[in-house]
Amino acid sequence: MDSLTGTWTEKKGLAQMLKGGVIMDVVTPEHAKIAEEAGACAVMALERVPADIRATGGVARMSDPELILKIMDTVTIPVMAKCRIGHFVEAQILEAIGVDYIDESEVLTPADEAHHINKHNFKVPFVCGCRNLGEALRRIGEGAAMIRTKGEAGTGDVVEAVRHARSVLGDIRRLQTMADEELMAYAKEIGAPYDLVKETKQLGRLPVVNFAAGGVATPADAALMMQLGVDGVFVGSGIFKSGDPAKRAAAIFKATTHYRDAYILAEVSRNLGEPMVGRQVSSIPQGELIATRGW
Amino acid sequence: MLRCLGVETAEVRLPRHLADLDGLIIPGGESTTIGKLAVAYQLMSPLQEFGKTKAIWGTCAGAIFISKDAHRDQPLLGLMDITVERNAFGRQVNSFETDLIVPVLPHAAKDSSTAGGAPVPYHAIFIRAPLIESVYGGGEILAQLEDGRIVAAQQGRLLATVFHPELTRDTRFHEYFLTRCS
Repeated sequence: MDSLTGTWTEKKGLAQMLKGGVIMDVVTPEHAKIAEEAGACAVMALERVPADIRATGGVARMSDPELILKIMDTVTIPVMAKCRIGHFVEAQILEAIGVDYIDESEVLTPADEAHHINKHNFKVPFVCGCRNLGEALRRIGEGAAMIRTKGEAGTGDVVEAVRHARSVLGDIRRLQTMADEELMAYAKEIGAPYDLVKETKQLGRLPVVNFAAGGVATPADAALMMQLGVDGVFVGSGIFKSGDPAKRAAAIFKATTHYRDAYILAEVSRNLGEPMVGRQVSSIPQGELIATRGW
Repeated sequence: MLRCLGVETAEVRLPRHLADLDGLIIPGGESTTIGKLAVAYQLMSPLQEFGKTKAIWGTCAGAIFISKDAHRDQPLLGLMDITVERNAFGRQVNSFETDLIVPVLPHAAKDSSTAGGAPVPYHAIFIRAPLIESVYGGGEILAQLEDGRIVAAQQGRLLATVFHPELTRDTRFHEYFLTRCS
């Protein structure tokens, strides 16, 4: 009997196993250990968290494979890593070192201003960001096996994460009220592959798992995104830019599981220490916004 | 899939959610994550009690969680006489799909009248899967890979599979579990 690897089922399947969980950004093996101990279902290995990428400026690239490998050696949960939008060679390198998931991420400086990676060419699964249904379905069309709404990374302001989740989930609700003959015009309008528009209407959800990202800083933020209808959350700067990362990480993890239980949410929100300082998205000049990257 | 089989379902996050259930599926995910939640919300002994009289099916991480030994210091229910090895096949790029012979399942799927009586293998999806290293005591082997490595086992009303029947359209494993629930 032949075994098959790197199939679409395998790629989508791993994201299914992450559902209901929290994926945490980590920059050192020590962070990774704290995240795993706190209950993260996966970690995102990178050199700088988005808040620092914002502060430092310059070109943000794929992390040093040495760092990613050290983190892979430290934890038993899946390890994800980021490559630049369109930088398929960075993706080849990440696949070669054996990361479990690649995030083709707007948080890094884009390498191609017109095209994303053809993710079907890879055995390793990809997650991509989106702001609306059209963008989500374009990424799935290119082979993304998991989607995350973008939010605005490194701000600690959840407003964009809410905007993007409401946009995607609201568009799906509207899609379900459409007649079948309206789908082609709608696909054209939002720039999405027709077959995926049709499939999304039938399913009443995206054909892949959909997490929220970009601005989640508290247990309440995580539960808010879950109640809005996403399948899980990414937390970037929110944990390791806060006063007590281990405690906050554990609290966000519990809040994501018990997102409808306000008593548990109240309990885990107590005495967490200082949250990350944060930056209001509305105060950020247009040119510095990260979420607008991606096409 | 359970709902398609006409079963009423509920999610279990806290001990009180176990009341009135006939069976429990502990799904895939990360066994460390599942263990931490079970400890934090006092689910360990209620689950162990539940497993003494009711049916539990652990898939992938769930199979690790109901085992007696996973070669690692992490919370385990210790219900089944099996030893498991986590991430036994490697990382995600090594995850695979393959056909299995599972003798306890009906050999022909319900809608496969065209199969002409030939056995219908069970298509199994392994994702960063563990392996059942050994089955002893009251445990019995349900399925093995061609090379003999064990991927499914049972013990009374307890069932462990290291692959993911919920990601297929084949309902036979779920139907088999339902026979253990009543």
